[in-house]
Amino acid sequence: MKRMLLLLTLAGVAALMAWGFHQAIYVAPTEATMGDVQRIFYYHVPNAMLSFLFFAISFVSSILFLAWRRSAPGRAQAADAWALASAEVGVVFCSVVLITGPLWARPVWGIWWTWDARLTTTLILWLIYVSYLLLRRFADGAQMQALAAVLSIFGALDVPIVYMANRWWRTQHPAPVFGGGPDSGIKDPRMLAAFGWNVLAWAVWGLMLLAFRVHVERRQQKIRQMQTVAALAGK
Amino acid sequence: MTETSVEAGVDAASADVAGVETASWFALVGTHLQKDLRIEWRSREAIQSMLFFALLVVVLFSMAFDPTAAASREIAGGVLCVATLFASVSVLNQAWTREIRHDVLDALRLTPADRSAIFVAKVLANFLFVTVVQVLLGPVFFIFYNLRPLGDGWLLLAVVPLGTWALVANGTFFAALSIRSRNRELLLPLILFPIFLPALLAMVLAVKTVLTGDGSDPHLLWLKMLAGYDIIFMTVSLLLFDTVLQAE
Repeated sequence: MKRMLLLLTLAGVAALMAWGFHQAIYVAPTEATMGDVQRIFYYHVPNAMLSFLFFAISFVSSILFLAWRRSAPGRAQAADAWALASAEVGVVFCSVVLITGPLWARPVWGIWWTWDARLTTTLILWLIYVSYLLLRRFADGAQMQALAAVLSIFGALDVPIVYMANRWWRTQHPAPVFGGGPDSGIKDPRMLAAFGWNVLAWAVWGLMLLAFRVHVERRQQKIRQMQTVAALAGK
Repeated sequence: MTETSVEAGVDAASADVAGVETASWFALVGTHLQKDLRIEWRSREAIQSMLFFALLVVVLFSMAFDPTAAASREIAGGVLCVATLFASVSVLNQAWTREIRHDVLDALRLTPADRSAIFVAKVLANFLFVTVVQVLLGPVFFIFYNLRPLGDGWLLLAVVPLGTWALVANGTFFAALSIRSRNRELLLPLILFPIFLPALLAMVLAVKTVLTGDGSDPHLLWLKMLAGYDIIFMTVSLLLFDTVLQAE
């Protein structure tokens, strides 16, 4: 039954992603000035939005871990699993953003990369969370969890500063499509639909990945705990 | 009934301890600082190695880019910051490894004193070391790059210490953090550099504005940002240092 449900979920997510692909590539009209290359927008922006969501989950879980570390160790372990899993999924999504961005920029701007506010912020965000994952590899046990949580908080603090710094400096990235002023927003309903479907599909896919990863991490925590108990008993 | 009395007892005890702490916080910082400075005075390891390393970086950059006078004004700020950054990483690592030997760090953790005093003293000591290096290296730097600030040179006296503080405060904090990992020496730059990037950007641009005198920053925006960065990260470091020190 459980296996059946799992397969159904997988099939549903795959169907949703296929539908999102269909919408983005075949249904949405070709953009007037940029042409077909604009379609990368349907992947780039949803992934960017979701990577921010996952990093935010990681940040909140890290704070919860530190808060519960002494008072509720069981819940703290769950929070740590969420922090790690969402950081990993966030890095994957952020990598997609960093790869699709230059692919679009090359034909439209004529350059692969520029040190603009959003690009730099995203890159630094990616660097910080990669360093977070490295820290988690280089140390282990309860102390590593606390140290990683601290680093995650520092990383989250850094992001708005980087963003402000670069905005004062120079910016080339297109203005925000949503909430960027009276003229912003997608006018064509078919484009909006393609965008909406892709946000939904990627969100469901990402959350499923996150759920799997948390599940695996919780199991590994349990195994480590059992190994510790066995080692103590064997002594 | 018993619970409340226990709580009251704990409260009274912690109030007692807090009373002792607040009275001697500055004295504690002074003691720790004195200890670090004395160790450095006897060995001179940190300053010598930093000085030579930073000198090497300055020479290497000069060789690699062979800059003209105008170009060197543009890049000098960056070279100065990066030279300081690289040089201080090795010393920041040393700052805490020294405490690991003979379990000094564990002894420090057992003292009832406020942990933030240990952190502040360490930051101050490292700040002094890096500043000494910068003061000694500054003239060499100006000679090698044929520099003559076209802007308000006195501003450098605010920009460089603020940038150094950002580097040293974060560096000391993350050195304490990475010392718990397996390959501690390797980890510090990996986590410090991404976090330090906004401060580096602000410092480089502030120095560049002073050296080129192009008036691109009339409101001293970068200086203010650097100060803001220092305040924010120092506060968070102080708040979280206890967690890092007691991380098991």
